[in-house]
Amino acid sequence: MTFNRRTFLGTSAVAAASLAAPMVLAQGKPRVVVIGGGAGGASAARYIAKDSKGAVDVTLIEPTRTYYTCFFSNLYLGGFKEIDEIGHSYGGLAANGVNVVHDWAVGVDRDTKTVALAGGGALQYDKLILSPGIDFVDMAVPGWDISAQNAMPHAYKAGSQTELLKAQLAAMPEGGTFAMVAPPNPYRCPPGPYERVSMVAHYLKANNPTAKIIVADPKPKFSKMALFQEGWNNHYAGMGDWVGEDFGGGNVSVDPAAMTVTIDGEETKVDVANVIPAMKAGRIADIAGVTDGNWAPVNAADMSSKADPDIYVLGDASQQGDMPKSGFSANSQAKVCANAVRGALTGSKVFPAKFSNTCWSLIDTNDGVKVGATYEATDEKIAKVDGFISQTGESADVRKATYEESEGWYAGITADMFGAKA
Amino acid sequence: MTAGGTRYLAALVLSALLAGPGLADTADIEAGEKVFQQCKGCRQVGSGAKHRSGPHLNALFGRKAAGLDDFRYSKSFQRAGASGLEWHADTLNVFLEDPRAMTSGTRMSFRGIKNGEDRTNLIAFLRQYSDDPANIPEADPTATGIDHDLDPAILALKGDPEYGEYLSGECTTCHQAAGGDDGIPSITLWPEDQFVLAMHAYKNKQRKHPVMQMIAGRLADDEIAALAAYFKDLKN
Repeated sequence: MTFNRRTFLGTSAVAAASLAAPMVLAQGKPRVVVIGGGAGGASAARYIAKDSKGAVDVTLIEPTRTYYTCFFSNLYLGGFKEIDEIGHSYGGLAANGVNVVHDWAVGVDRDTKTVALAGGGALQYDKLILSPGIDFVDMAVPGWDISAQNAMPHAYKAGSQTELLKAQLAAMPEGGTFAMVAPPNPYRCPPGPYERVSMVAHYLKANNPTAKIIVADPKPKFSKMALFQEGWNNHYAGMGDWVGEDFGGGNVSVDPAAMTVTIDGEETKVDVANVIPAMKAGRIADIAGVTDGNWAPVNAADMSSKADPDIYVLGDASQQGDMPKSGFSANSQAKVCANAVRGALTGSKVFPAKFSNTCWSLIDTNDGVKVGATYEATDEKIAKVDGFISQTGESADVRKATYEESEGWYAGITADMFGAKA
Repeated sequence: MTAGGTRYLAALVLSALLAGPGLADTADIEAGEKVFQQCKGCRQVGSGAKHRSGPHLNALFGRKAAGLDDFRYSKSFQRAGASGLEWHADTLNVFLEDPRAMTSGTRMSFRGIKNGEDRTNLIAFLRQYSDDPANIPEADPTATGIDHDLDPAILALKGDPEYGEYLSGECTTCHQAAGGDDGIPSITLWPEDQFVLAMHAYKNKQRKHPVMQMIAGRLADDEIAALAAYFKDLKN
């Protein structure tokens, strides 16, 4: 079909007349503001801009110029990836028509529909998408607060924290002790702490084989537990202990000045302490007033906030039901949300929600495992439909193929988030 | 045996391969046909063979790489063909062992056949479908299309590419929309029927991959058709 000027104008007029939101059109292009440039926000911004072909004005607010993915940051700790390999710029999004603003969003006024920026100024929105990731619950681990993050890094937002943890790992004295305080549910990336234990063990086995690892965990069990335990027995026997809830793993305090970790009354002097506290939605969700407790409840069909139909919450910050808090989930939710937002603003067709997730973890060289599921929107929540998990005792070939697949996924999802690399 | 240039050389190389020490008795066309099973998802050979995501394999021997006009080859293969690569037993043997080692940018997402005997048998099987199968007993060319029992009504469904574009979001988290391939196969530019067959094979658990079984498992017939219609033309 070709458009000459007359038919083009004609069809737009018809489309405008049939739109349910003429006020939006009266003000010009509808405006979407996205806060947070990770797997949820970058994907949503890119899909709305790309699929609306310029009909929607999309602005992404993200403070950092280089985004380091949390996924694969453990592989950097293990020496399988360089830090630059997990860093991404926002140039590809700009090429897709997204206005990228490097600033902090510090306020949301839902009455005037404006977002205030730390650098001054405000942005108007018709639809606001929040994808702020996580923050930590204050004093969740007694003795630790955010001011202790240099002495005892969380490394659960990738970038300088991850580099710091790796530097501390490399500087451990021979035969030293690495401690991890694992988080309670729900938290970002359920297998993440355990993949990290594997990668730390991999590094220490090669570089500091008499070093010890101790993990204090408030949970009785964790994601892919049988697979990790099998892998730890196969590759890292005798290198460490996992102290679960049954043995007081949830009764933990730390002293960052003295570098001690106390588990169920027993104090241990450690050389590196990776403290991953309990989590909550990134702060802007709280400021916007869309949280209930630690997280922001959403409607499963389109990821809209239960508190405000013009605000959407994606990824880790959302409370949606059965999906794990993962980059894959956030990317999946972003596409459902983008389709709904575009439909609401331009009248484009809105298709039913479909969600999926897969999490790959690396245990040792060429020993990859995965877990995944599909999900659907019900009236109450995002509900699991079907799932699978790697099996214990799989052949080396299968595990190697799983790892190679995870590398393919990394290339795929980062291209899907940020646009294909030029 | 026909004389002349490359053809003669090809026959010699083949006979060397097949008649070499210990090989004459072991090149087994029937075994080669079994090895070919793993190629059938993407390749056809025999009467009525068509291009799938890879070109058909009739008259393969002596063919220049990227030598068929009506198939869209990867740049990598176009370069290989331009620099003189031809398909004979020896080059096929090297290629099949590790396709990426010979043409790094091939869209052929196949690990290769590490077992030398399997390669020999496969090459002997394929040799039947080129002219003058020297040193190999004449065999009836048999159509070896993709075996499937999919309802023709499902194959005939016309997909809605707009719906496919939306649904493709679930695919492009792993499969790159630009067609790249780093450990996860490319799914762009596939013939529609082949895409549909592959997805139904996962849905029916005939193909093994657990992620794909799960994803395809809940796609309705019209959704699979929509995806096929969208990806067949996707070119970034």
